[in-house]
Amino acid sequence: MYDGEYSDKVIDHFTNPRNVGVIENPSGVGTVGNAKCGDIMRIFLDIDENGVIRDCKFKTFGCGAAVASSSMATEMVKGKTVQEAMALTNKAVMEALDGLPQVKIHCSLLAEEAIHAALWDYCQKNGVVIEGLRPPKADIND
Amino acid sequence: METVYLDNAATMPMRKEALEAMMPFFGADYGNPASIHSMSRSPRKAVNEAREKIAKVLNAEPSEIYFTSGGTESDNWALVSGSALRPDKGKHIIISTIEHHAILETADYLVKQGYEVTKVGVDETGRIRLDELIKSIRPDTVLISVMTANNEIGTIQPIAEIGKIAREKGILFHTDAVQAFGHIPLDVKAMNIDLLSASGHKFGGPKGVGFLYVRKGIRLQPFMHGGEQENGRRAGTTNVPGVVGMGVAAEISARDMEENIARLTAMRDRCIERIESEIPYCRLNGHRTERLPGNVNFSFKFVEGESLLMSLGLKGICVSTGSACASGSLDPSHVLLGIGLPHEIAHGSIRISLSEYNTMEQVEYATDALRDAVANIRSLSPLYDDFIKGEGA
Repeated sequence: MYDGEYSDKVIDHFTNPRNVGVIENPSGVGTVGNAKCGDIMRIFLDIDENGVIRDCKFKTFGCGAAVASSSMATEMVKGKTVQEAMALTNKAVMEALDGLPQVKIHCSLLAEEAIHAALWDYCQKNGVVIEGLRPPKADIND
Repeated sequence: METVYLDNAATMPMRKEALEAMMPFFGADYGNPASIHSMSRSPRKAVNEAREKIAKVLNAEPSEIYFTSGGTESDNWALVSGSALRPDKGKHIIISTIEHHAILETADYLVKQGYEVTKVGVDETGRIRLDELIKSIRPDTVLISVMTANNEIGTIQPIAEIGKIAREKGILFHTDAVQAFGHIPLDVKAMNIDLLSASGHKFGGPKGVGFLYVRKGIRLQPFMHGGEQENGRRAGTTNVPGVVGMGVAAEISARDMEENIARLTAMRDRCIERIESEIPYCRLNGHRTERLPGNVNFSFKFVEGESLLMSLGLKGICVSTGSACASGSLDPSHVLLGIGLPHEIAHGSIRISLSEYNTMEQVEYATDALRDAVANIRSLSPLYDDFIKGEGA
Protein backbone atom coordinates (compact mmCIF):
# COMPACT_ATOMS: atom_id res chain seq x y z
CA MET A 1 0.00 0.00 0.00
CA TYR A 2 1.22 3.50 -0.65
CA ASP A 3 2.53 5.29 2.38
CA GLY A 4 -0.13 7.53 3.87
CA GLU A 5 -3.08 5.55 2.56
CA TYR A 6 -3.73 3.80 5.84
CA SER A 7 -5.48 5.66 8.65
CA ASP A 8 -3.73 6.12 12.00
CA LYS A 9 -6.17 3.60 13.48
CA VAL A 10 -5.16 0.94 10.95
CA ILE A 11 -1.50 1.58 11.70
CA ASP A 12 -2.19 1.45 15.44
CA HIS A 13 -4.03 -1.88 15.15
CA PHE A 14 -1.30 -3.25 12.89
CA THR A 15 1.52 -2.12 15.19
CA ASN A 16 -0.23 -3.13 18.42
CA PRO A 17 -2.77 -5.74 17.43
CA ARG A 18 -5.33 -6.59 20.13
CA ASN A 19 -6.33 -10.14 21.02
CA VAL A 20 -3.58 -11.96 19.17
CA GLY A 21 -3.36 -15.61 20.09
CA VAL A 22 -5.18 -18.90 20.29
CA ILE A 23 -7.85 -20.20 22.67
CA GLU A 24 -7.38 -23.81 23.72
CA ASN A 25 -10.62 -25.80 23.38
CA PRO A 26 -12.53 -22.86 21.93
CA SER A 27 -16.30 -22.73 21.76
CA GLY A 28 -15.85 -21.98 18.09
CA VAL A 29 -13.00 -21.48 15.66
CA GLY A 30 -13.14 -20.34 12.05
CA THR A 31 -10.48 -20.00 9.36
CA VAL A 32 -11.14 -18.16 6.11
CA GLY A 33 -9.20 -16.93 3.10
CA ASN A 34 -6.39 -18.70 1.30
CA ALA A 35 -2.64 -18.44 1.17
CA LYS A 36 -2.60 -18.22 -2.60
CA CYS A 37 -4.30 -14.86 -2.44
CA GLY A 38 -2.17 -13.82 0.49
CA ASP A 39 -4.76 -13.66 3.29
CA ILE A 40 -5.72 -16.18 5.96
CA MET A 41 -7.66 -15.27 9.07
CA ARG A 42 -8.40 -17.55 12.02
CA ILE A 43 -10.68 -16.44 14.84
CA PHE A 44 -11.27 -18.26 18.15
CA LEU A 45 -14.31 -17.65 20.34
CA ASP A 46 -14.90 -18.49 23.98
CA ILE A 47 -18.66 -18.32 24.56
CA ASP A 48 -20.40 -18.69 27.91
CA GLU A 49 -23.63 -20.59 28.62
CA ASN A 50 -25.69 -17.45 27.98
CA GLY A 51 -24.31 -17.08 24.48
CA VAL A 52 -22.05 -14.16 25.41
CA ILE A 53 -18.56 -13.96 23.91
CA ARG A 54 -16.23 -14.00 26.89
CA ASP A 55 -13.03 -13.96 24.89
CA CYS A 56 -11.96 -13.72 21.30
CA LYS A 57 -8.48 -14.24 19.76
CA PHE A 58 -7.08 -14.19 16.26
CA LYS A 59 -4.18 -15.22 14.07
CA THR A 60 -3.82 -13.65 10.65
CA PHE A 61 -1.51 -14.11 7.69
CA GLY A 62 -1.91 -11.09 5.49
CA CYS A 63 -1.27 -7.45 4.83
CA GLY A 64 -1.50 -4.57 7.27
CA ALA A 65 -5.19 -4.08 6.57
CA ALA A 66 -5.92 -7.76 7.21
CA VAL A 67 -4.16 -7.70 10.58
CA ALA A 68 -5.85 -4.43 11.59
CA SER A 69 -9.29 -5.71 10.47
CA SER A 70 -8.91 -8.88 12.55
CA SER A 71 -7.73 -6.94 15.56
CA MET A 72 -10.63 -4.50 15.33
CA ALA A 73 -13.22 -7.22 14.70
CA THR A 74 -12.13 -9.19 17.77
CA GLU A 75 -12.43 -6.04 19.88
CA MET A 76 -15.89 -5.36 18.52
CA VAL A 77 -17.37 -8.79 19.30
CA LYS A 78 -15.87 -9.25 22.75
CA GLY A 79 -18.58 -9.08 25.40
CA LYS A 80 -21.32 -9.26 22.77
CA THR A 81 -23.92 -11.97 22.38
CA VAL A 82 -23.57 -14.38 19.49
CA GLN A 83 -26.55 -12.68 17.81
CA GLU A 84 -24.86 -9.31 18.11
CA ALA A 85 -21.59 -10.76 16.78
CA MET A 86 -23.50 -12.30 13.91
CA ALA A 87 -24.75 -8.82 13.00
CA LEU A 88 -21.23 -7.35 12.80
CA THR A 89 -20.62 -6.19 9.22
CA ASN A 90 -17.42 -5.48 7.37
CA LYS A 91 -18.70 -1.94 6.96
CA ALA A 92 -18.76 -1.49 10.73
CA VAL A 93 -15.22 -2.85 11.02
CA MET A 94 -14.09 -0.48 8.29
CA GLU A 95 -15.75 2.50 9.90
CA ALA A 96 -14.18 1.66 13.24
CA LEU A 97 -10.80 1.70 11.49
CA ASP A 98 -11.54 5.14 9.99
CA GLY A 99 -11.75 3.57 6.56
CA LEU A 100 -9.66 1.31 4.36
CA PRO A 101 -8.27 1.91 0.86
CA GLN A 102 -10.53 0.63 -1.92
CA VAL A 103 -8.30 -2.36 -2.74
CA LYS A 104 -8.31 -3.44 0.93
CA ILE A 105 -12.06 -3.60 1.50
CA HIS A 106 -11.90 -7.37 1.03
CA CYS A 107 -9.77 -7.57 4.19
CA SER A 108 -12.65 -6.27 6.30
CA LEU A 109 -14.96 -8.71 4.52
CA LEU A 110 -12.60 -11.50 5.50
CA ALA A 111 -12.88 -10.42 9.16
CA GLU A 112 -16.67 -10.60 8.97
CA GLU A 113 -16.44 -14.03 7.35
CA ALA A 114 -13.98 -15.27 9.98
CA ILE A 115 -16.35 -14.29 12.80
CA HIS A 116 -19.21 -16.02 10.99
CA ALA A 117 -17.10 -19.14 10.44
CA ALA A 118 -16.22 -19.29 14.15
CA LEU A 119 -19.88 -18.79 15.09
CA TRP A 120 -20.88 -21.57 12.67
CA ASP A 121 -18.39 -23.90 14.33
CA TYR A 122 -19.89 -22.99 17.73
CA CYS A 123 -23.40 -23.72 16.44
CA GLN A 124 -22.30 -27.08 15.00
CA LYS A 125 -20.64 -28.11 18.25
CA ASN A 126 -23.55 -27.06 20.45
CA GLY A 127 -26.55 -27.73 18.27
CA VAL A 128 -27.46 -24.04 18.40
CA VAL A 129 -29.02 -22.05 15.59
CA ILE A 130 -28.21 -18.39 14.97
CA GLU A 131 -30.73 -16.82 12.67
CA GLY A 132 -29.30 -15.85 9.30
CA LEU A 133 -25.96 -17.62 9.79
CA ARG A 134 -24.78 -19.59 6.79
CA PRO A 135 -22.04 -22.22 6.56
CA PRO A 136 -18.64 -20.70 5.72
CA LYS A 137 -17.19 -20.99 2.23
CA ALA A 138 -14.59 -23.69 1.82
CA ASP A 139 -12.14 -21.08 0.54
CA ILE A 140 -9.23 -22.28 2.61
CA ASN A 141 -8.68 -25.38 0.54
CA ASP A 142 -8.60 -23.61 -2.82
CA MET B 1 13.47 9.15 12.47
CA GLU B 2 16.25 8.64 9.96
CA THR B 3 15.21 7.30 6.57
CA VAL B 4 17.17 4.25 5.48
CA TYR B 5 16.64 4.08 1.73
CA LEU B 6 17.16 0.55 0.44
CA ASP B 7 15.04 0.71 -2.70
CA ASN B 8 17.69 1.87 -5.14
CA ALA B 9 16.48 -0.42 -7.92
CA ALA B 10 13.29 1.66 -8.01
CA THR B 11 15.30 4.85 -8.22
CA MET B 12 18.49 6.08 -6.60
CA PRO B 13 19.67 9.46 -5.35
CA MET B 14 21.06 11.73 -8.03
CA ARG B 15 24.78 12.26 -8.05
CA LYS B 16 25.67 15.73 -6.81
CA GLU B 17 27.92 16.32 -9.81
CA ALA B 18 25.08 15.41 -12.17
CA LEU B 19 22.74 17.92 -10.59
CA GLU B 20 25.40 20.64 -10.68
CA ALA B 21 26.10 20.00 -14.35
CA MET B 22 22.38 20.28 -15.16
CA MET B 23 21.73 23.59 -13.45
CA PRO B 24 23.02 26.01 -16.14
CA PHE B 25 20.67 24.45 -18.68
CA PHE B 26 17.65 25.30 -16.56
CA GLY B 27 18.91 28.89 -16.44
CA ALA B 28 21.15 31.00 -18.65
CA ASP B 29 21.90 28.18 -21.11
CA TYR B 30 18.25 27.63 -22.00
CA GLY B 31 18.83 27.45 -25.76
CA ASN B 32 17.54 24.70 -28.01
CA PRO B 33 20.42 22.61 -29.34
CA ALA B 34 18.58 22.24 -32.66
CA SER B 35 18.55 26.00 -33.30
CA ILE B 36 21.18 27.51 -35.57
CA HIS B 37 21.87 30.74 -33.72
CA SER B 38 24.42 31.37 -31.00
CA MET B 39 22.16 30.26 -28.12
CA SER B 40 22.23 26.68 -29.41
CA ARG B 41 25.99 26.37 -29.15
CA SER B 42 26.44 25.64 -25.47
CA PRO B 43 23.55 23.16 -25.10
CA ARG B 44 24.54 21.41 -28.32
CA LYS B 45 28.11 21.03 -27.09
CA ALA B 46 26.88 19.71 -23.73
CA VAL B 47 24.55 17.18 -25.36
CA ASN B 48 27.32 15.93 -27.62
CA GLU B 49 29.64 15.56 -24.64
CA ALA B 50 27.01 13.55 -22.82
CA ARG B 51 26.69 11.31 -25.85
CA GLU B 52 30.43 10.74 -25.86
CA LYS B 53 30.50 9.94 -22.15
CA ILE B 54 27.73 7.37 -22.44
CA ALA B 55 29.18 5.78 -25.57
CA LYS B 56 32.52 5.35 -23.82
CA VAL B 57 30.93 3.38 -20.97
CA LEU B 58 29.52 0.88 -23.49
CA ASN B 59 32.51 0.80 -25.87
CA ALA B 60 30.20 2.29 -28.49
CA GLU B 61 30.40 5.24 -30.88
CA PRO B 62 28.66 8.49 -29.87
CA SER B 63 26.59 8.31 -33.06
CA GLU B 64 25.13 5.02 -31.81
CA ILE B 65 23.51 6.63 -28.73
CA TYR B 66 19.96 8.00 -29.10
CA PHE B 67 18.43 9.94 -26.23
CA THR B 68 14.89 9.06 -25.15
CA SER B 69 12.52 9.81 -22.29
CA GLY B 70 13.67 6.74 -20.35
CA GLY B 71 13.91 2.98 -20.20
CA THR B 72 10.28 2.37 -21.09
CA GLU B 73 10.45 4.39 -24.30
CA SER B 74 13.75 2.74 -25.23
CA ASP B 75 12.25 -0.72 -24.70
CA ASN B 76 9.13 0.17 -26.69
CA TRP B 77 11.18 1.60 -29.52
CA ALA B 78 13.60 -1.32 -29.65
CA LEU B 79 10.85 -3.92 -29.73
CA VAL B 80 8.38 -2.22 -32.04
CA SER B 81 10.89 -0.90 -34.58
CA GLY B 82 13.41 -3.69 -34.12
CA SER B 83 10.90 -6.40 -34.94
CA ALA B 84 9.71 -4.52 -38.05
CA LEU B 85 13.17 -4.44 -39.66
CA ARG B 86 12.91 -7.68 -41.61
CA PRO B 87 9.34 -8.11 -42.86
CA ASP B 88 10.75 -10.40 -45.56
CA LYS B 89 12.15 -12.71 -42.90
CA GLY B 90 9.21 -12.99 -40.57
CA LYS B 91 7.37 -11.92 -37.47
CA HIS B 92 8.70 -14.11 -34.67
CA ILE B 93 10.19 -12.61 -31.51
CA ILE B 94 11.87 -14.30 -28.52
CA ILE B 95 11.89 -12.82 -25.01
CA SER B 96 12.25 -14.26 -21.50
CA THR B 97 9.41 -14.83 -19.03
CA ILE B 98 10.93 -12.47 -16.46
CA GLU B 99 11.33 -9.33 -18.56
CA HIS B 100 10.21 -5.95 -17.27
CA HIS B 101 6.62 -4.99 -18.12
CA ALA B 102 7.95 -2.47 -20.65
CA ILE B 103 9.05 -5.49 -22.70
CA LEU B 104 6.27 -7.94 -21.76
CA GLU B 105 3.43 -5.56 -22.54
CA THR B 106 5.07 -4.27 -25.72
CA ALA B 107 5.37 -7.91 -26.79
CA ASP B 108 1.67 -8.39 -26.02
CA TYR B 109 0.95 -5.36 -28.18
CA LEU B 110 3.01 -6.85 -31.02
CA VAL B 111 1.05 -10.11 -30.77
CA LYS B 112 -2.08 -8.06 -31.47
CA GLN B 113 -0.28 -6.65 -34.52
CA GLY B 114 0.25 -10.16 -35.89
CA TYR B 115 3.62 -11.07 -34.41
CA GLU B 116 4.38 -14.34 -32.68
CA VAL B 117 6.21 -14.19 -29.36
CA THR B 118 8.01 -17.06 -27.65
CA LYS B 119 8.70 -16.53 -23.95
CA VAL B 120 11.67 -18.58 -22.86
CA GLY B 121 11.65 -19.75 -19.25
CA VAL B 122 14.30 -19.37 -16.57
CA ASP B 123 15.75 -21.79 -14.04
CA GLU B 124 15.19 -21.51 -10.29
CA THR B 125 17.93 -18.85 -10.03
CA GLY B 126 16.37 -16.74 -12.75
CA ARG B 127 18.95 -17.59 -15.45
CA ILE B 128 17.43 -18.01 -18.90
CA ARG B 129 17.33 -21.59 -20.21
CA LEU B 130 19.80 -21.24 -23.08
CA ASP B 131 18.96 -24.63 -24.57
CA GLU B 132 15.31 -23.60 -24.68
CA LEU B 133 16.27 -20.28 -26.26
CA ILE B 134 18.28 -22.01 -28.97
CA LYS B 135 15.46 -24.47 -29.64
CA SER B 136 12.94 -21.66 -30.00
CA ILE B 137 14.89 -19.95 -32.80
CA ARG B 138 13.10 -20.30 -36.15
CA PRO B 139 13.82 -19.19 -39.71
CA ASP B 140 11.35 -16.34 -39.20
CA THR B 141 12.81 -15.14 -35.88
CA VAL B 142 13.65 -11.45 -36.25
CA LEU B 143 14.41 -10.31 -32.71
CA ILE B 144 15.64 -11.67 -29.39
CA SER B 145 15.20 -9.46 -26.33
CA VAL B 146 16.58 -10.59 -22.97
CA MET B 147 17.25 -8.26 -20.06
CA THR B 148 20.83 -7.84 -18.84
CA ALA B 149 19.88 -8.07 -15.17
CA ASN B 150 16.54 -8.57 -13.50
CA ASN B 151 15.04 -5.69 -11.55
CA GLU B 152 13.49 -7.84 -8.83
CA ILE B 153 15.86 -10.71 -8.14
CA GLY B 154 19.04 -9.18 -9.58
CA THR B 155 20.02 -12.22 -11.66
CA ILE B 156 22.47 -11.35 -14.43
CA GLN B 157 21.86 -13.11 -17.75
CA PRO B 158 24.56 -14.62 -19.97
CA ILE B 159 24.24 -11.69 -22.36
CA ALA B 160 27.48 -12.34 -24.25
CA GLU B 161 26.38 -15.91 -24.99
CA ILE B 162 22.96 -14.82 -26.17
CA GLY B 163 24.57 -12.08 -28.27
CA LYS B 164 26.85 -14.58 -29.90
CA ILE B 165 23.98 -16.94 -30.70
CA ALA B 166 21.87 -14.13 -32.15
CA ARG B 167 24.71 -12.74 -34.24
CA GLU B 168 25.52 -16.18 -35.67
CA LYS B 169 21.90 -16.67 -36.64
CA GLY B 170 21.56 -13.17 -38.06
CA ILE B 171 18.91 -12.21 -35.51
CA LEU B 172 18.71 -8.73 -33.98
CA PHE B 173 19.57 -8.79 -30.26
CA HIS B 174 18.14 -6.24 -27.82
CA THR B 175 18.87 -6.12 -24.11
CA ASP B 176 17.05 -4.11 -21.47
CA ALA B 177 20.03 -2.94 -19.41
CA VAL B 178 18.08 -0.54 -17.22
CA GLN B 179 19.24 -2.23 -14.00
CA ALA B 180 22.72 -3.03 -15.26
CA PHE B 181 24.08 0.03 -17.05
CA GLY B 182 26.47 1.92 -14.81
CA HIS B 183 26.48 -0.93 -12.28
CA ILE B 184 28.28 -3.77 -14.05
CA PRO B 185 30.68 -3.75 -17.01
CA LEU B 186 29.02 -3.78 -20.43
CA ASP B 187 30.68 -3.86 -23.84
CA VAL B 188 28.32 -3.80 -26.80
CA LYS B 189 31.04 -4.97 -29.19
CA ALA B 190 32.35 -7.86 -27.14
CA MET B 191 28.81 -8.92 -26.20
CA ASN B 192 27.40 -8.63 -29.72
CA ILE B 193 24.60 -6.35 -28.60
CA ASP B 194 22.60 -4.64 -31.35
CA LEU B 195 20.20 -2.59 -29.23
CA LEU B 196 20.46 -1.65 -25.55
CA SER B 197 18.05 0.30 -23.33
CA ALA B 198 19.02 2.30 -20.26
CA SER B 199 17.45 4.86 -17.95
CA GLY B 200 19.19 7.85 -16.35
CA HIS B 201 17.73 7.72 -12.85
CA LYS B 202 18.81 4.13 -12.25
CA PHE B 203 22.48 5.11 -12.13
CA GLY B 204 22.44 8.47 -10.41
CA GLY B 205 21.12 10.66 -13.22
CA PRO B 206 17.77 12.42 -13.38
CA LYS B 207 14.34 10.90 -14.09
CA GLY B 208 12.62 11.30 -17.45
CA VAL B 209 15.67 10.63 -19.59
CA GLY B 210 17.28 7.52 -20.99
CA PHE B 211 18.83 6.25 -24.16
CA LEU B 212 18.81 3.50 -26.72
CA TYR B 213 22.06 2.22 -28.16
CA VAL B 214 21.57 1.28 -31.81
CA ARG B 215 24.49 -0.46 -33.48
CA LYS B 216 25.79 1.35 -36.55
CA GLY B 217 24.19 0.06 -39.73
CA ILE B 218 20.86 -0.90 -38.15
CA ARG B 219 18.25 1.24 -39.84
CA LEU B 220 15.84 1.42 -36.96
CA GLN B 221 12.70 3.38 -37.86
CA PRO B 222 11.70 6.22 -35.53
CA PHE B 223 9.20 5.55 -32.76
CA MET B 224 8.58 9.24 -32.03
CA HIS B 225 7.78 11.25 -35.14
CA GLY B 226 7.87 14.96 -35.76
CA GLY B 227 11.37 16.36 -35.92
CA GLU B 228 14.93 15.88 -37.04
CA GLN B 229 16.44 15.55 -33.57
CA GLU B 230 18.75 12.63 -32.83
CA ASN B 231 19.78 12.31 -36.44
CA GLY B 232 16.16 12.05 -37.53
CA ARG B 233 15.62 8.93 -35.42
CA ARG B 234 13.89 10.35 -32.36
CA ALA B 235 11.78 13.48 -32.66
CA GLY B 236 11.22 15.93 -29.83
CA THR B 237 13.23 18.80 -28.36
CA THR B 238 16.20 17.36 -26.54
CA ASN B 239 15.88 17.23 -22.75
CA VAL B 240 19.15 19.11 -22.38
CA PRO B 241 19.44 19.22 -18.56
CA GLY B 242 18.37 15.59 -18.35
CA VAL B 243 20.82 14.41 -20.97
CA VAL B 244 23.66 16.39 -19.40
CA GLY B 245 22.92 14.99 -15.93
CA MET B 246 22.70 11.47 -17.30
CA GLY B 247 26.03 11.89 -19.09
CA VAL B 248 27.81 12.97 -15.93
CA ALA B 249 26.17 10.17 -13.94
CA ALA B 250 27.33 7.63 -16.54
CA GLU B 251 30.87 8.94 -16.44
CA ILE B 252 31.05 8.78 -12.64
CA SER B 253 29.38 5.37 -12.52
CA ALA B 254 32.02 4.00 -14.87
CA ARG B 255 34.87 5.74 -13.05
CA ASP B 256 33.80 4.33 -9.65
CA MET B 257 32.41 1.02 -10.87
CA GLU B 258 35.13 -1.28 -9.65
CA GLU B 259 35.17 0.25 -6.19
CA ASN B 260 31.36 0.33 -5.97
CA ILE B 261 31.03 -3.29 -7.03
CA ALA B 262 33.44 -4.33 -4.28
CA ARG B 263 31.67 -2.26 -1.60
CA LEU B 264 28.14 -3.19 -2.62
CA THR B 265 28.96 -6.88 -3.00
CA ALA B 266 30.39 -6.89 0.53
CA MET B 267 27.24 -5.24 1.92
CA ARG B 268 24.97 -7.48 -0.13
CA ASP B 269 26.71 -10.68 0.94
CA ARG B 270 26.79 -9.60 4.58
CA CYS B 271 23.04 -8.98 4.41
CA ILE B 272 22.39 -12.34 2.72
CA GLU B 273 24.63 -14.19 5.17
CA ARG B 274 22.94 -12.63 8.20
CA ILE B 275 19.42 -13.28 6.92
CA GLU B 276 20.24 -16.90 6.14
CA SER B 277 21.79 -17.51 9.54
CA GLU B 278 19.37 -15.48 11.67
CA ILE B 279 15.96 -15.93 10.03
CA PRO B 280 14.67 -19.49 9.67
CA TYR B 281 12.51 -20.67 6.76
CA CYS B 282 13.78 -18.15 4.24
CA ARG B 283 14.83 -18.51 0.64
CA LEU B 284 17.25 -16.36 -1.33
CA ASN B 285 15.67 -15.49 -4.66
CA GLY B 286 17.93 -15.10 -7.67
CA HIS B 287 21.42 -16.33 -8.42
CA ARG B 288 23.92 -16.31 -5.59
CA THR B 289 26.87 -14.95 -7.59
CA GLU B 290 25.57 -13.96 -11.03
CA ARG B 291 23.74 -11.18 -9.30
CA LEU B 292 23.67 -7.37 -9.28
CA PRO B 293 26.04 -6.14 -6.58
CA GLY B 294 23.29 -4.24 -4.75
CA ASN B 295 20.41 -6.73 -4.92
CA VAL B 296 19.06 -8.83 -2.05
CA ASN B 297 15.75 -10.64 -2.51
CA PHE B 298 14.29 -13.08 0.00
CA SER B 299 11.07 -14.96 0.58
CA PHE B 300 10.01 -15.67 4.15
CA LYS B 301 7.58 -18.50 4.74
CA PHE B 302 4.37 -17.76 6.69
CA VAL B 303 4.89 -14.02 6.15
CA GLU B 304 3.04 -11.66 3.83
CA GLY B 305 5.21 -9.06 2.13
CA GLU B 306 3.14 -5.96 2.56
CA SER B 307 2.92 -6.33 6.32
CA LEU B 308 6.68 -6.82 6.36
CA LEU B 309 7.11 -3.64 4.32
CA MET B 310 4.85 -1.79 6.74
CA SER B 311 6.78 -2.99 9.78
CA LEU B 312 10.06 -1.89 8.23
CA GLY B 313 8.49 1.36 7.05
CA LEU B 314 7.57 2.21 10.63
CA LYS B 315 11.31 2.06 11.37
CA GLY B 316 12.16 4.35 8.48
CA ILE B 317 13.35 1.56 6.19
CA CYS B 318 12.30 1.71 2.53
CA VAL B 319 12.29 -1.58 0.60
CA SER B 320 9.89 -3.19 -1.88
CA THR B 321 7.92 -6.43 -2.19
CA GLY B 322 6.69 -8.83 -4.85
CA SER B 323 3.48 -9.41 -2.92
CA ALA B 324 0.21 -8.83 -4.72
CA CYS B 325 -1.18 -7.11 -1.65
CA ALA B 326 1.22 -4.25 -2.19
CA SER B 327 0.05 -3.56 -5.71
CA GLY B 328 -3.66 -4.18 -5.50
CA SER B 329 -3.48 -6.89 -8.16
CA LEU B 330 -4.34 -10.48 -7.34
CA ASP B 331 -1.16 -12.15 -8.48
CA PRO B 332 2.28 -11.82 -7.01
CA SER B 333 5.24 -10.83 -9.18
CA HIS B 334 5.62 -12.67 -12.50
CA VAL B 335 9.36 -12.88 -11.85
CA LEU B 336 8.92 -14.79 -8.58
CA LEU B 337 6.35 -17.08 -10.18
CA GLY B 338 8.73 -17.39 -13.15
CA ILE B 339 11.48 -18.84 -10.96
CA GLY B 340 8.98 -21.39 -9.70
CA LEU B 341 7.85 -19.98 -6.36
CA PRO B 342 4.34 -20.98 -5.32
CA HIS B 343 1.97 -18.05 -4.78
CA GLU B 344 2.04 -18.19 -1.00
CA ILE B 345 5.84 -18.01 -0.90
CA ALA B 346 5.98 -15.27 -3.52
CA HIS B 347 3.64 -13.19 -1.34
CA GLY B 348 6.25 -13.16 1.39
CA SER B 349 9.09 -11.66 -0.60
CA ILE B 350 11.03 -8.48 -0.20
CA ARG B 351 13.71 -6.78 -2.24
CA ILE B 352 16.48 -4.77 -0.65
CA SER B 353 18.46 -2.81 -3.24
CA LEU B 354 21.59 -0.98 -2.23
CA SER B 355 23.50 1.91 -3.75
CA GLU B 356 26.91 3.35 -2.97
CA TYR B 357 25.16 5.92 -0.77
CA ASN B 358 24.27 3.19 1.72
CA THR B 359 26.51 2.15 4.57
CA MET B 360 27.23 -1.14 6.30
CA GLU B 361 25.63 0.34 9.44
CA GLN B 362 22.38 0.83 7.52
CA VAL B 363 22.54 -2.76 6.28
CA GLU B 364 23.03 -4.03 9.84
CA TYR B 365 20.19 -1.84 11.13
CA ALA B 366 17.83 -3.02 8.40
CA THR B 367 18.76 -6.66 8.91
CA ASP B 368 18.09 -6.38 12.65
CA ALA B 369 14.73 -4.78 11.91
CA LEU B 370 13.92 -7.43 9.31
CA ARG B 371 14.72 -10.29 11.69
CA ASP B 372 12.48 -8.78 14.39
CA ALA B 373 9.67 -7.97 11.95
CA VAL B 374 9.63 -11.50 10.49
CA ALA B 375 9.50 -13.00 13.99
CA ASN B 376 6.73 -10.63 14.99
CA ILE B 377 4.62 -11.26 11.89
CA ARG B 378 5.09 -15.02 12.26
CA SER B 379 3.77 -14.74 15.82
CA LEU B 380 0.53 -13.49 14.23
CA SER B 381 0.45 -16.10 11.47
CA PRO B 382 -1.96 -19.04 11.61
CA LEU B 383 0.17 -20.73 8.94
CA TYR B 384 3.17 -20.65 11.25
CA ASP B 385 1.06 -22.15 14.08
CA ASP B 386 -0.06 -24.98 11.81
CA PHE B 387 3.48 -25.56 10.65
CA ILE B 388 4.90 -25.72 14.19
CA LYS B 389 2.10 -28.07 15.23
CA GLY B 390 2.85 -30.26 12.23
CA GLU B 391 6.53 -30.30 13.15
CA GLY B 392 5.73 -31.36 16.72
CA ALA B 393 3.37 -34.12 15.63
